[in-house]
Amino acid sequence: MTGTHLAAPAAQVQEATGLAGSAWLLILFPVIGAVVLLFGGKRTNAWGHLLGCATIVASFGYGVLLFFSSTGTAAGERVQNVSLFDWIPVESLQVEFGLRIDPLSISFVLLITGVGALIHIYSIGYMADDPDRRRFFGYFNLFVAAMLILVLGNGFVTLYLGWEGVGLASYLLIGWYTHRPSAATAAKKAFLMNRVGDVGLAIAIFIMFAELGTTQYTEVFAAIGDGQLSPGTITALTLLLLLGACGKSGQFPLQSWLPDAMEGPTPVSALIHAATMVTAGVYLIARANPIYLQSEDGRLVVTIIGAVTLLIGCIIGCAYDDIKKVLAYSTVSQIGYMMLAVGLGPVGFALGIAHLLTHGFFKAGLFLGAGSVMHGMNDEVDMRKYGGLWRVMPITFATFGLGYLALIGIPPFSGFFSKDAIIEAAFGEEGWRGWVFGGAALLGAALTAFYMTRLMFMTFFGKQRWKELKSEDGRDFHPHESKPVMWLPMAVLAVGSIGAGWFFSSGDRLTDWLTPSFFQVEKEVGHTVIPHAVIPWLVVGLSLLGVLLAWLVVGRRAVPVEKPEPVSFPVRAARRDLYGNALNETLIARPGTWLARALVYVDNKGVDGLVNGIAAGLGGSSGRLRRLQTGFVRSYAMSMLFGSILVIGAFLAVRYA
Amino acid sequence: MTPTYYLLLSALLFTIGAVGVLVRRNAIVVFMCIELMLNAVNLSLVTFARIDGRLDGQVMAFFVMVVAAAEVVVGLAIIMSIFRTRRSASVDDSNLLKY
Repeated sequence: MTGTHLAAPAAQVQEATGLAGSAWLLILFPVIGAVVLLFGGKRTNAWGHLLGCATIVASFGYGVLLFFSSTGTAAGERVQNVSLFDWIPVESLQVEFGLRIDPLSISFVLLITGVGALIHIYSIGYMADDPDRRRFFGYFNLFVAAMLILVLGNGFVTLYLGWEGVGLASYLLIGWYTHRPSAATAAKKAFLMNRVGDVGLAIAIFIMFAELGTTQYTEVFAAIGDGQLSPGTITALTLLLLLGACGKSGQFPLQSWLPDAMEGPTPVSALIHAATMVTAGVYLIARANPIYLQSEDGRLVVTIIGAVTLLIGCIIGCAYDDIKKVLAYSTVSQIGYMMLAVGLGPVGFALGIAHLLTHGFFKAGLFLGAGSVMHGMNDEVDMRKYGGLWRVMPITFATFGLGYLALIGIPPFSGFFSKDAIIEAAFGEEGWRGWVFGGAALLGAALTAFYMTRLMFMTFFGKQRWKELKSEDGRDFHPHESKPVMWLPMAVLAVGSIGAGWFFSSGDRLTDWLTPSFFQVEKEVGHTVIPHAVIPWLVVGLSLLGVLLAWLVVGRRAVPVEKPEPVSFPVRAARRDLYGNALNETLIARPGTWLARALVYVDNKGVDGLVNGIAAGLGGSSGRLRRLQTGFVRSYAMSMLFGSILVIGAFLAVRYA
Repeated sequence: MTPTYYLLLSALLFTIGAVGVLVRRNAIVVFMCIELMLNAVNLSLVTFARIDGRLDGQVMAFFVMVVAAAEVVVGLAIIMSIFRTRRSASVDDSNLLKY
């Protein structure tokens, strides 16, 4: 990228007043909801779900007020700090619990509470038959509270609190169907793989404290801006933060927990594993932009991870038949786009956040649509058993279709604007990077179109294959449209899929709004490796090619109910997650097992051997000494005699020698 | 008559007693040898008392006699009861208290 010039942060941090000063209310509402629902017991069963929705709607309302009060102020005054209390006041470790209200965090608050509120409402219908619906809403509120702490915190330790909080909520909700062993395993897997990333984040925080003595954003960023850290330390920080982001956001090489997380109820997949929590990694990198701006190597690694992940996600998405897993891999790959964008540096931060926001809308909509289909199809997830559902679920089809068009990036739907901008920015990199990253992003767009079209054809078009099939519990399929409480949120999200992208990008509205959160960049139309005007046409053209290909492969012929076997090597590899699990198994799990075995060996033979050896030695020698007790009185007498002689001899020797 | 002869006699008696304890098997003989050793010591105590012109050694000799008398009572009783149960007075036969 050429011609960028970094200036001081656009806005100085100010102490918050007015609405922003009470921003802790945003977090308080869902906390109250979670506490009441989780500790209230059965007596809250009747109205628990309503309270759960009300708290999120209240937070959303407050967020909207906050947004308008912020847009009403000058751009330079939009970064506000709310000091709440001294959280960890220990000698040189002073951690303050406070909030940072700036355009970045307000955008996230609106996404989390807005999409969150819709999905809460949807869950009323989706979870209606679950006897534990109240507890579900309790966990959901807990999640929203933790996520708000994550994005609102004014320091890395506060962020870490929320980071672990969402991890807990995610664990609890993935393992919601506790009677299913696969759900329990998936929850554990998600938790463990997240820990791998969290170690990176934790060490990054330790380094900040050790080197700078503080973990508050303002102080850390100011210190790094002043050049208090060596370039090597900054690069280490960027890589460790990236490791944390990879864990939370399901990026390569920690991507394999996210598809498994689809074991949870569909609203969970929509809210936590598509719209909000998994984007926390992107938030982390965007928030830490002053650190990343100092390290070109760190940014390059972020971009590479993003590019690799987006391709992995697309390729695997093409091979799965499980509707939720396809969407999950789609999420993986779309977050790959966001990572790619934030790795591009100053131009990319706002683009990544823009894609994050539009993606939050349409992917949540797609998941809710998938949930609606599953709801009508006895919780069947295998797309090979669907087919022709557009007739029986017209509203689901319409909302899902709009989300689909947004995801594959057909103008004027929202995904086009945000994704096209990222691809253009990727081509704007210099030299080989422009070609490689731009090419990867472009290829990803075509693949996205392919697998999503395949999903559409298999689900909504073609022969109604479910008519001749029974679900696993032996019932016939009677697909039907879902209740309004479910399709209304889907409709709202579909509106977002149509309009959000245009709204954000027209006149650089979102970029300008976010500018105070990022370092100011002098806007210059970067030169791209292929002409600027061609890129949108290429993106749309390749997407349409993907659609056409999907029609040729899937839409034109009848879809077999059984998985075709045998298949070519790429399909086999994709069905096995491109050996992502095998990779983890070989690189992490096996060496871990070996290490554990070696330690057990050392423990058994070394430590235990030493202890047991001493004991055995003592036992053996005393066994031999015991033989001296012969029972013959005369030998005792002899030893007494010689003993006495020795003693007397010793005395005499001392006396006369 | 120098006191040395008394001391030599005492040492001789003590040695006979000690060797007797070590080599004889009959409990009664062993017992008598112990008495012999005690009395050898008594003799040397008295001799030293005489040499120093003090009564301490003689008093001590009386103590030893009293202890020896008590010991004879208890010791003979033990030997008697062992003999009654085992029909033997050999100290080597009574070797059950061992490892």
